[in-house]
Amino acid sequence: MLEGRDVLAVLKAHGVNHVVWLPDSHIGCWDEALRSDPAVRLIRVAREGEAIGVAGGLMLGGKRPVVMIQCTGLFEAGDALRNVVYDLKLPLFLVVGIRSWLDLQAGKAWDSAPRFALRILDAWQMPYTMMSETRPLDDFSEALDRWLATGQACALLIPE
Amino acid sequence: MELGEALEVLARHRGDKVVITTMASVAVWPTLSDTPLDFNYIPSSMGQGSALGLGLALAVPGRGVIVVNGDGSMLMNLGSLVTIAAYPADLYLLIIQNDLYEVTGGQPLVGAGQVDYAGLARAAGIRRVYAFDSLGDWSQQAAEVLNGPGPVACCLKIVGRRGQKTPKPPRPMQEQIARLRAGLGIA
Repeated sequence: MLEGRDVLAVLKAHGVNHVVWLPDSHIGCWDEALRSDPAVRLIRVAREGEAIGVAGGLMLGGKRPVVMIQCTGLFEAGDALRNVVYDLKLPLFLVVGIRSWLDLQAGKAWDSAPRFALRILDAWQMPYTMMSETRPLDDFSEALDRWLATGQACALLIPE
Repeated sequence: MELGEALEVLARHRGDKVVITTMASVAVWPTLSDTPLDFNYIPSSMGQGSALGLGLALAVPGRGVIVVNGDGSMLMNLGSLVTIAAYPADLYLLIIQNDLYEVTGGQPLVGAGQVDYAGLARAAGIRRVYAFDSLGDWSQQAAEVLNGPGPVACCLKIVGRRGQKTPKPPRPMQEQIARLRAGLGIA
């Protein structure tokens, strides 16, 4: 599992100045680190679609936010994503925790959430990278590199 | 009061603040103001105007961002009132209460006539909250509403109109964004 201080460091190294989030149990472990440094402002919201709207406004105003949510919130946030990515054409970067992904890979299909996460991203034509268990911080950093290089909306998925 | 009358008052008092219009107000606002600091949020994601406005207000502190939001849009994102209160910025949220989904023809909102939007904003933690039923009161108080520090929520009771057409933006979104950023001095 990634440590919050490492996530903070990689965000700062890529010029990210806001994290807009509604965390799950995995991403939520980064809370203390993400609110420890004024260079990255942590913004808590009430719903995942709202996170994407706030991030859209920040991007309109020239800031570089990242949105962090769980895949269940991604399901809820579809229309906000559609609008920010395709109408406003803003380079949204999503970090999405894929709930129960590891269980699904192990043949335990007790939770329907992971079955639909990648399909939903495919439907929204969002490029994504699944973070590996062996080099998660490198995957995070490289996803941010690609995002900045292309200026295109994309997602980094965290297997949970 | 009528929507056009209410927005005329806004046009007189908005100064150099950004104005983000949503839904029905997009059909009226461009006839009153068409500057780089006017952002007609169509095509939109209904309910996200308040969130978009908060993000922009946080990004450009001191500028002032006015969001003209419908009551139907507000209902779709009531949680944003809490976020607006939690992250103080110069955001001025005008809630146009006509109790109708005007852009879809005029169907009544759930709870039409029973919802106290100013009360909801107050309960969410927004301290500067106003509500005006009459054009005279809004005209008289608009300077105070829009010139003090944000966040502000201001509910305006508007006469609902049925049979309206879905508004179209006065110019393409990418042109609006480029104009807005230029107006704000953002590269």
